[in-house]
Amino acid sequence: MVKKILQKGYIGLVLVFLYAPILVLAVLSFNKSKSRAKWGGFTLKWYGEMLRNEKILSALYTTLLIAFLSALLATVLGTIAAVAMSRMKKLPKTIMMSITNIPMLNSEIVTGISLMILYYTISFSLGFTSVLLALTAAHMPYVILNVMPKLRQTSRSTYEAALDLGASPVRAFFLIVLPDIFPGVLSGFMLAFTLALDDFVITHFTKNARINTLSTVIYSESRRGIEPEIYALSTVMFTVVLILLVAINRGKAKVAKKNEER
Amino acid sequence: MAADFAKGKESRPGQTEKNYMAQNNKLINLENVTKKYGSHVVLDDLNLYIRENEFLTLLGPSGCGKTTTLRIIGGFETPDTGRVIFDGQDISNVPPNKRQLNTVFQKYALFTHMTIAENIAFGLKIKKKSSQYIKDKIEYALKLVNLDGYGNRMPDSLSGGQQQRIAIARAIVNEPKVLLLDEPLGALDLKLRQDMQYELIRLKNELGITFVYVTHDQEEALTMSDTIVVMNQGYIQQIGTPQDIYNEPQNAFVADFIGDSNIIGGVMLEDHVVEILGAKFQCVDEGFGNNTPVDVVIRPEDVDLVEPEEGTIQGVVTSLIFKGVHYEMEVEANGFSWLVHSTDLSPVGKKVGIRVVPFDIQIMNKPESEDEEAVGVNE
Amino acid sequence: MSKSNTKLASRNKWMQRFISAPYVVWSIGFIVLPLLMIVFYGITTKDGRVTFDNLKMIFEPTNFSTLVLSVQLSLVSTLVCLLIAYPLALALRSLKLKSNGLVILMFMLPMWMNFLLRTIAWQNILEKNGVINMLLGAVGLPKLNIINTPAAIVLGMVYDFLPFMIIPIYNVLAKISDDVIQAAADLGANQFQILIRIIFPLSLPGVVSGLTMVFVPALTTFVISDILGGGKILLIGKVIEQKFKQGNDWNGGSGLSLVLMVFIFLCMAIVQKYDKDSEGSGVW
Repeated sequence: MVKKILQKGYIGLVLVFLYAPILVLAVLSFNKSKSRAKWGGFTLKWYGEMLRNEKILSALYTTLLIAFLSALLATVLGTIAAVAMSRMKKLPKTIMMSITNIPMLNSEIVTGISLMILYYTISFSLGFTSVLLALTAAHMPYVILNVMPKLRQTSRSTYEAALDLGASPVRAFFLIVLPDIFPGVLSGFMLAFTLALDDFVITHFTKNARINTLSTVIYSESRRGIEPEIYALSTVMFTVVLILLVAINRGKAKVAKKNEER
Repeated sequence: MAADFAKGKESRPGQTEKNYMAQNNKLINLENVTKKYGSHVVLDDLNLYIRENEFLTLLGPSGCGKTTTLRIIGGFETPDTGRVIFDGQDISNVPPNKRQLNTVFQKYALFTHMTIAENIAFGLKIKKKSSQYIKDKIEYALKLVNLDGYGNRMPDSLSGGQQQRIAIARAIVNEPKVLLLDEPLGALDLKLRQDMQYELIRLKNELGITFVYVTHDQEEALTMSDTIVVMNQGYIQQIGTPQDIYNEPQNAFVADFIGDSNIIGGVMLEDHVVEILGAKFQCVDEGFGNNTPVDVVIRPEDVDLVEPEEGTIQGVVTSLIFKGVHYEMEVEANGFSWLVHSTDLSPVGKKVGIRVVPFDIQIMNKPESEDEEAVGVNE
Repeated sequence: MSKSNTKLASRNKWMQRFISAPYVVWSIGFIVLPLLMIVFYGITTKDGRVTFDNLKMIFEPTNFSTLVLSVQLSLVSTLVCLLIAYPLALALRSLKLKSNGLVILMFMLPMWMNFLLRTIAWQNILEKNGVINMLLGAVGLPKLNIINTPAAIVLGMVYDFLPFMIIPIYNVLAKISDDVIQAAADLGANQFQILIRIIFPLSLPGVVSGLTMVFVPALTTFVISDILGGGKILLIGKVIEQKFKQGNDWNGGSGLSLVLMVFIFLCMAIVQKYDKDSEGSGVW
């Protein structure tokens, strides 16, 4: 009993540690004073201001667009890659898996630098597309890692049964295999999107001066002080995601409960 | 009432016939054990003793409380009320690592990061035995389970049956007084299961220790046990030798759960006469009183099909299946579909008479409320 | 019949190539080639001569002491992460949640707040007049002064990378069946012996992947030291970043990156050894 309380207390403590800075940021978004260090009273001003701040809005737009497109690209390519690798013979499969693991285990700075050098060497100009492709490359392994175990679980015989019943391989894939592995594909996409949204290092090395994501704006402002609108915007984003995830989890729990009752 | 019977302490009908253990001590005694999960009562005032050197099987459908009983003996659950007496000592609150018994788990529960030899040595190392002693024990145990020379392999490289033998070897090197087995053959296929049944009987005889075995497989229970405890919904329904349980089921649940049977509602008119489906049958039972509603159990192999005029009642064969050793037939008679096993074939549509030898008619009291629904619970 | 079989086989082979091709090309172009570029830049001079000067740069006193400090700080943070995460994962396991989803969600959710911002928030918490000192002052304790010190950087690293230690360890622990633990107890092991002899060895793959997932980014970060070190404490990641973004010394930067990659490949080799699946399914 005492052990249970201690355990729960400890979990709570770590959660406080992880969420405390988020609370601080939320508080700062209501701070009348522009300075981070001083509390100047409560205000909702920054929530209005953020909608008029061109720089922040365009950075937000770029961030979301790049995160979405790179996650989408990583998911499509990664799923195809996972299917392809699952059918490879042992040696090529091992080689390809090892290569796949590199961007995940490698440090972001090395990944960023290596891509920057690549772009430079082939005279590919830095900008929106270069960041998009770099993030796709960096996060595709996470998609593959989410899809591979699901592919291993699906039996090959259902796919073969579909072929036997006259479906073309492509049709069989979309009708039979894809629905089976879809949870893995979806969580791969979510992970890639989350990572891309939060990325700074790789973007830092593969962008040019003309485009900015939220991360790069924050980094450049980190010395002279963050505009309070950014606190407001981040608080809104976090709250939206929190509500969405809670809603999804509630829904899932309900479905699970229903299934259990049946 | 079956539970009442269990409370009736000393007597275990039929057990005296198998007097090879009649004088043995009670090694484990469960006294008034109750266990609840939330509001769900898993065990209700359970009383049971286990004798030294017996092969006792807890048999029942899933959710009957058999596994919980085993886990209480093993120390993985503590009873809400009641006591567990082991060798004269109350061990209700002794943790599993301090109990002189070992468990074989359903899914083997081998330590996958250790070799077979390390798995077997685990308990001995904990007890700080000498390395020579451990080495000898490993060798002995591997021989005992017919897996000589497997010591350096990893558990993953073994088949299910082999892994289960290792799980047994790992338990018995600790020389427990009692070996608890939780559906140890459940994950194996039929042929392997049958082989392992003989293996387990051999092991028990060689080791000379007590086995407490949990299963939902009545055939397994009948094959291996000295004593069977039939359980349902947290109550003991009947305790007895396999012969007792099969030939003289105490209530409809036991009759239904063990083998096939015809269970028919009837009225005990007087001693030795029971009315079933409007006809009078002779039987050997007495003491039920006059005009008492009862349940009548007749095993399908005890139903004799004869010429219509020779039968106590008449009916028509409605289905026929060849089962190898015998034919299985259904006979519609007086509004009841009788299950009949016979080596003689009666074709579908044939008019037959039904006759039952008085000795083969088993009369049982109507179950009380909670057991009534239990009849329906059949795997 | 055999004819149509071979036709089918060749069609299958063609299919296999067709779906394998895009990823093979992609991974060569975006993973292998860029790494080879770093190697190339690392062992050449600006005018293309082969040299080891870029690699030797790490032994220059300033660079070397920077590397040593980086290794020290990242090792300490990794250890602290392990010490926090292991008991946490054990506690989470004992909650016996039906799905791991919720746990992973709880510890991934902070990632939806930009990590630079979260790190900046630690400035607020740690500052001279920050949250912690306010709390300490309120109960009459002396003020802590850890902002712009190595301790602040370690804290930032622990904070940012802790989830990457928790999740793999929890994933592995959640998979250990109760039967195995009960079997150990049944064979006479006490709680401590079960932890040391059964649970910990079984959880090793998760621990190893957690260790590398924290150590590698901690070793190479330049953002955390920028924000919480106040620009006074230089880590090896920052040195490399400056060579590319400010100094325009790509060859030197690549040389130092190659040195870092030695550490990274060492980590990968260790992971590979423990991760028998070789498909890394334990990581996420």
